[in-house]
Amino acid sequence: MGGVKTTTKQKIAFSVLFLCTLIVVLPVLFVLWAILKGGAPAINWQFLSTMPREGMREGGIYPAIIGTIYLVSLSVLFSLPIGLFAAIYLNEYAKDNLLTRLIRLAIVNLSGVSSVVYGLFGLALFVNFLKFGVSILSGALTLAIMNLPVIIIASTEALASVPFSFREVSLSLGASRWQTVRYSVLPNAIPGILTGAILSLARAAGETAPILFTVAAFYLPKLPKSIFDQAMALPYHLYIISTQIPNIKTEVRYGTALVLIGIVFSMNIFAVVIRAKFRKKKKW
Amino acid sequence: MQDNTVADKIPNPETRNSDKISIRNLNIWFGRVQALKNLNLLVQSNEILSVIGPASSGKTSFLRQINRLNELEVNCRVKGEILLDKKNIQELRCEILRKRVGMIFALPQVLPLSIYDNIAYGPRMHGITDKNYLDNIIEQSLTASFIWDEVKDRLNESALKLSGGQQQRLCISRTLAVKPEVILFDEPCSGLDPISTAKVEESMLKLKKDYTIVLVTNNVKQAARVGDRTAFFLMGELIEIDKTDKIFTAPGDKRTDDYIRGKFG
Repeated sequence: MGGVKTTTKQKIAFSVLFLCTLIVVLPVLFVLWAILKGGAPAINWQFLSTMPREGMREGGIYPAIIGTIYLVSLSVLFSLPIGLFAAIYLNEYAKDNLLTRLIRLAIVNLSGVSSVVYGLFGLALFVNFLKFGVSILSGALTLAIMNLPVIIIASTEALASVPFSFREVSLSLGASRWQTVRYSVLPNAIPGILTGAILSLARAAGETAPILFTVAAFYLPKLPKSIFDQAMALPYHLYIISTQIPNIKTEVRYGTALVLIGIVFSMNIFAVVIRAKFRKKKKW
Repeated sequence: MQDNTVADKIPNPETRNSDKISIRNLNIWFGRVQALKNLNLLVQSNEILSVIGPASSGKTSFLRQINRLNELEVNCRVKGEILLDKKNIQELRCEILRKRVGMIFALPQVLPLSIYDNIAYGPRMHGITDKNYLDNIIEQSLTASFIWDEVKDRLNESALKLSGGQQQRLCISRTLAVKPEVILFDEPCSGLDPISTAKVEESMLKLKKDYTIVLVTNNVKQAARVGDRTAFFLMGELIEIDKTDKIFTAPGDKRTDDYIRGKFG
């Protein structure tokens, strides 16, 4: 048990751990750097606020940005309430039996299902069966379905992290179970739920496969007027200008990627800020 | 009242007028483990009944059955009955029962709210919204648990800023605010220093004028200080219940004597 030997072992362990962390972080940094470097020259107000021109080789990406914002905000209108209520049911009301365990397992598995499967599901259910057509509504619903498991899992965790004693206190004062959830549990779980919701939205904003068959348009000369219209969306637009359109300036591609990553990143940072702000307040 | 001691050894199936809670043939299981075995016990109005016993003697399970908090445990099974004012508690709605039978937990469980909102929580859940009325309840409750003077100027501060002892007295106020009839204390001083403990005990002694109190405690001396009667539980069984003086001077069972003298537990 020589002291030197222990220190050496420790140094080796630390180096290995540090190296692994570096391997995780470096590619992300590299991608960010490459996109920033390639895309920054393209970013200007005109790029963000005008329609594409010349077969999308010139002009802006305004409709794609708008389409993505529509899709994401509409999808959260569906997925957050449903996901939250399902999480409340699972965590606060449902008995722990075989059925609910199966449901939980299914939810965890669903969150790992490939997004193209959700896309095909949305095509079958919303576009064809429910006849919503290829529309913002179909796309948003598909994204919502894809997001549900993530929101349910995040919300369940947020609810479970509220100390059990809060529930006991509330119930012991004669509050009903619903009052207990509403006034003792939810207020303390909201930060976690919001964080989860925002992160899942960020994921929705970046996904291509679910919107591929359900909403995304190759090119539209006008902005969508209702939720039954098709829309352009950033990830799909990026895919198109990268693969389908020859002779396009690289900075347009990089610029589009930068905008997409910028949106996703700022949502993630917003989530982190919310979490940090509430963590400071939380004292139990 | 003279025949109380006798009657308590052989519980009378007909509850007397002064009996607030009567427990008949109560058995509690958690999974396969039986926490409480065939308990028969009467709690009288306006008394402090201390319950002592070593770990896993069933005393907390007993306490948490009186306001049906055990039902929160998935694998809990109960046989037997508890009557509150001669009415089976299983026939009451949980909300009504728990409003009448309040509980103070082992560690001060303040909610992450202001002092005011902590105490207003219960009344608000029961539909009270009138500000003046709430203000009154809050002053009364804080006064009754001897903490009004310490907090009256900072009712809007977070309750988490209070000391442990103050928090526990705040919890007592919070329970008083829903105007219960019975208060269950579950080792209320286990996390407190001696001075805070003395203050909590002082409030208990004053509260028994208006409330019936069941006190589960790991502190034998505390049972001796505040209990009118004391019950000794061991391995889920009631070994002995009697006037506190009697239990501490001439217990009827050798195991009680051993426990009080600290020979086990």
